Amino acid sequence: MAYFENQGNKDTRSGFGDGLSELGEKNKNVVALCADLTGSLKMNDFADRWPERFIQCGIAEANMMGVAAGLAIGGKIPFTGTFANFSTGRVYDQIRQSIAYSDKNVKICASHAGLTLGEDGATHQILEDIGMMQMLPNMTVICPADYNQTKAATLAIAEMDGPVYLRFGRPKVPNFTPANAEFKIGKADVLKEGKDLSIIATGHLVWKSLEAAAELEKIGIDAEVINIHTIKPLDEEAILKSVRKTGACVVAEEHQIIGGLGSRVAQVLASNAPSPIEFVGVKDVFGESGTPEQLLVKYGLSNEHIVEAAQKVISKRHPA
Amino acid sequence: MAEIQEMKAICSQVRRDIVRMVHRVQSGHPGGSLGAVEYFVALYFEIMKYDAKNFSMEGKNEDLFFLSNGHISPVWYSTLSFAGFFEREELNTFRILNSRLQGHPATEEGLPGIRVASGSLGQGMSVAIGAAMAKKLDGDDRIVYTLHGDGEMQEGQIWEAAMAAAFHKVDNLISTIDCNNRQIDGDVDETMNIDSLEDKFKSFNWDVMHMDGANIENVVATLKEAKSKSGQGKPIVILMKTEMGQGVDFMMGSHKWHGIPPNDEQLANALGQLEETYQDY
Repeated sequence: MAYFENQGNKDTRSGFGDGLSELGEKNKNVVALCADLTGSLKMNDFADRWPERFIQCGIAEANMMGVAAGLAIGGKIPFTGTFANFSTGRVYDQIRQSIAYSDKNVKICASHAGLTLGEDGATHQILEDIGMMQMLPNMTVICPADYNQTKAATLAIAEMDGPVYLRFGRPKVPNFTPANAEFKIGKADVLKEGKDLSIIATGHLVWKSLEAAAELEKIGIDAEVINIHTIKPLDEEAILKSVRKTGACVVAEEHQIIGGLGSRVAQVLASNAPSPIEFVGVKDVFGESGTPEQLLVKYGLSNEHIVEAAQKVISKRHPA
Repeated sequence: MAEIQEMKAICSQVRRDIVRMVHRVQSGHPGGSLGAVEYFVALYFEIMKYDAKNFSMEGKNEDLFFLSNGHISPVWYSTLSFAGFFEREELNTFRILNSRLQGHPATEEGLPGIRVASGSLGQGMSVAIGAAMAKKLDGDDRIVYTLHGDGEMQEGQIWEAAMAAAFHKVDNLISTIDCNNRQIDGDVDETMNIDSLEDKFKSFNWDVMHMDGANIENVVATLKEAKSKSGQGKPIVILMKTEMGQGVDFMMGSHKWHGIPPNDEQLANALGQLEETYQDY
């Protein structure tokens, strides 16, 4: 079935940690900050090898964001690391004023995003972070699909000047994008071409979308699958090109459907090429404890849900 | 380096600028601005080393200043204009459309002298810590200064920052707290008491000093002493006693002039109390 081969399951947060270590080697201006989650963020290696460039901030995220802004003023490239919840909602005003409005070169690196955090439950399963971050002017928002891509994105954001929100997760998931591929910020990847509908996905749901496309093929539906690893700036051209061809799309994301990638895709299509859309995402509820797979099924984010959404959106395009 | 008499003359003119700026647009924060004048003049004309004509964001080998209580922007803008960061006449654009002199300080429009936006309180100390750490990483021994309101000490982030600065031995940081005991809703000790700041900062392992914010000689001497104490393993905080509205009698003695402008008559009254030592902009 696979359009892409799973090179073995790996967590995206390790992609971040490995990318950060590579940056430690090659860029002396890179500094790392962490709020008591060094192991969870896979920042141990950087902390051990470059202790003078690693700043332990303790459980005080608001201060960490400000310190990062100050380091950026001094010409450093600060990477902050904590859970996505504490990287965004907890510190929104600090990010808004000291980082985004002040246009500081801070890389906000956020692990354990979404439902697949699992058993810790809804307190930690942030599903609103993409919305909050993409609303901020000056902010770039990136949500890579797997380990390789998270590592590549970590390297790429050090090269650009400006604030970035980099979102990744906790569980080991298929690693399927090519190793050492160049990460082009703002450029969507068409992973599989198709003619019947476009599946536009981000993060962990990109692999799910590829699985769904294989299922759809069995019932004679030819889906195009696009990986939107950069949510802002959004590759509107790639989305429009695909949907103008297929005439319908499903957007899949591990995020609330209000305010996430789906909302942005709907906006782009409504303005340029009105088309039927189905949204695979969390429908305005909080999560709960459970395994990542159980949660994706219960909250409607499994590959089966993507298959259902695809069939539904095609039927809307061609009313009976 | 300026003489004390010259600094006193600048202070008088900065006070005139403040009341004229907020009067012109009928908005802004005169009270706290007037109370902090001596601090700003001492800092920019006696204490800090900087290059006003070639302002750079990084400020390598320069002293840096961060205003955390951004609402007292008028005193900062006036001081920056005197110090040569931009033309005096640009003060005419304070708070009007398409200006670099935003209501609260910002970097978006590129005003020289400003390195981070402030206004939402409690954030400046954290930013200053980061800037001070960057200097240490670069072997740059210049100092980072911050100013905060005493009401601002109610923000939790301040204490996160205070904890971090001491823990990381950020001893190239000199923070000053403008203790006028006023905030929007009334006196600080009656709105949300923050006493004792001395005990709090001492228990957070800072070096604590005091100064009289209305006395330019004392401000200069205390800031110089603070500077001499830098580099000894502890961040330094100066509790600066001030009076909101200092220098304009009817604006003193209450919190009411925190954020309201004088009318024409009140402006004339205020200017009558403040000698025009340099030309009005």
